[in-house]
Amino acid sequence: MIKGRRNKEDEDLEGGSVGEPGVTELVEEALKGKIEPKKIIESINDAMVTVGKKFETGEYFVPDMLASAEAVSVGIDVLEPHLLKGGKTKEKFVVATVEGDIHDIGKNIFAMMLKGAGFDVIDLGTDVSADEIVKTVKNEDAEIIGIGLSALLTTTMGNMGVVTERLRAETLEKNVLVGGVAVSKEYADEIGAIYCDDAFEGVDKAKELIKKG
Amino acid sequence: MREGVLVKPYERLEKEEVDRIHEASLSILADPGILVHNGEASKIFEDNGADVSAHDGYWQVSIPERLVEECVKKAPSVIKLGARNKENDLIIDGKEPRVRFGTGSETNVILDMDVEDFVSKKSGIARQFPVFQRRRGTVQDLCQSAHLCELLENVDFFLRNVNIQDDDITDDNKDVNKFYASLNNTTKHVMAGLTNLEKLDDVIEMAELVSGGRKEPIISFIACVTKSPLQFVRDSTQNLIEMTRRNYPVVISVSPQGGSTAPIQEAGTVAQQNAEILAGVVLSQLVREGAPVFYGSNPLRVRMDNLDNMYGAPETNQYYIGGVQMARFYGIPCYSAAGVGDSKFPGIEATAEKMISHLFSSLTGAQYVHYAFGLLEGTNTLSFEQLILDDLHVGFCKSMLREQNIEEELRDSLEEIREVMGTSHKMFTRYARKYTRSGAFIPFYSFGGDGNETLIRVRARKEELLSTQVDEIPEDIKKELFPKFDVLERIR
Repeated sequence: MIKGRRNKEDEDLEGGSVGEPGVTELVEEALKGKIEPKKIIESINDAMVTVGKKFETGEYFVPDMLASAEAVSVGIDVLEPHLLKGGKTKEKFVVATVEGDIHDIGKNIFAMMLKGAGFDVIDLGTDVSADEIVKTVKNEDAEIIGIGLSALLTTTMGNMGVVTERLRAETLEKNVLVGGVAVSKEYADEIGAIYCDDAFEGVDKAKELIKKG
Repeated sequence: MREGVLVKPYERLEKEEVDRIHEASLSILADPGILVHNGEASKIFEDNGADVSAHDGYWQVSIPERLVEECVKKAPSVIKLGARNKENDLIIDGKEPRVRFGTGSETNVILDMDVEDFVSKKSGIARQFPVFQRRRGTVQDLCQSAHLCELLENVDFFLRNVNIQDDDITDDNKDVNKFYASLNNTTKHVMAGLTNLEKLDDVIEMAELVSGGRKEPIISFIACVTKSPLQFVRDSTQNLIEMTRRNYPVVISVSPQGGSTAPIQEAGTVAQQNAEILAGVVLSQLVREGAPVFYGSNPLRVRMDNLDNMYGAPETNQYYIGGVQMARFYGIPCYSAAGVGDSKFPGIEATAEKMISHLFSSLTGAQYVHYAFGLLEGTNTLSFEQLILDDLHVGFCKSMLREQNIEEELRDSLEEIREVMGTSHKMFTRYARKYTRSGAFIPFYSFGGDGNETLIRVRARKEELLSTQVDEIPEDIKKELFPKFDVLERIR
């Protein structure tokens, strides 16, 4: 996990370790060894905390962090069928780049990090209309904990407000996280959304939503 | 060993133009020849077939073509420079365009930087700003400079860059103290000029004691033999003779100033400088065949308003390139220059001026590029903050010019492109990890900010580096060394 290796084919940070078991193989082995899925999740979380610390101290760069997040998400995919038996499901999160905008690096990083944090991410892609977002929220309603919207351009940022307005009109009271170069704290407040400075802060805020329930 | 960066050299002069300059230099050496203010040197020239005429206090020496050609062939192409730590050894090959950067000059002034809080009278906004103070350099500054350079990865060798002007430094103890201050604080190769020729053997004995009998010398010397135009100075010429006799590597360093002590025309300055250096090479090889010498090229243009040096001028860079090409033509290792500008303060202006010559000097493939780090106001002032910034920017140049491995890069990239296109996120970041860690490039600009913030961050980095331990000379060697040499108590 800390080496960011999804499976035995992957390289570690220095380009080594190919052929050694990665997260997929290790989780499968742990399950075979009758280790409780809950325990495995705990150790995955511990690993991600370590990765976060390494990022904060400057030992890790963004690519390392994203590789680890990907590895976590793969590990959770392997675990998922076993977790369902225990009755626990993942929190759902919708992400999208708003209508008129195709810039999705920020949105993609956010989605990768969210998956790494254990969310079930519904990625609607780029240039997504308010209608489509509302439709998705309606279909999945009960399970959706939040919506993440991203925009790079000031000209498309306004469509974030359209989304929050439509959600309110449909009385779909969901938490909306917004981010992207053009977006400011002031604008987020104005449209009733939660401002995120970058994808990493976005993930922290998404986790807070779970705590709040 | 420190590898340096092998580059595909940028060349301003075509092959035929190099030949033309070579011929021009030979013609200068024959007529008017050089004015030698050193009796022993003029005798050596005369004994080997030069045409010498005596004047009042100097000799006019006309060096025949044949003698120049013979001696240049005898000068070695490869010079091995040792270091206290073998990993810092350098093998300098005059035929190979492999670039290494080091410090240089003997600055008189240290520019201290402090950070103070200021409040705007108009808006009441409070901010921090750097404030600067100039003072004379001391032996402790030289220790700190060597300490920083030990820890900065793009500094390949240490050329003493502070003129130590403490009250208790005299002509008799200056050489031992400048070499000790340098050697004790860095394990990289140390180079300096000599203040007092009588101390040459002391310095060599001390260095050999410190090196523990290594074959490759851990120190080497600079001799500014020529005063342009074409005059051999009495004492520096004697330095060259004595250093060469002891088989220590010496830089034959010349510095013609286009527009005042040399023609302003590029080809003229390059040809005159070439003649001045070749005359030094001839003398060194007549003193000792095969003596290791560097082609010491430091040409520059002068300002037309006051005839001061103008290191940041485009012509200065053109002269540099000519020097490097001529050195490579002879296969003599080139000691070249970069990173000198006219700015008085560290930061944006200084960096812009320096980057032009950092880039050109590295592009030309000079083997041993001195000055580079921390110099301001020509070569007069040293700023530790600028030194740290320069380390980063020299790193940029080295990264930019590094060799490419097309086959490996394409093999990996094609695989990555196919894999990434199958993902939802379409990000290549995972595959950037091993390159980030290979040291092949600088992961990000570590001091980014506005000009002032940048300097404040650099200053914090300086403090951090100065509080990091470096490997000093082992205690048992120090014990043996102190009774023999007059090393100041406070730098032991």
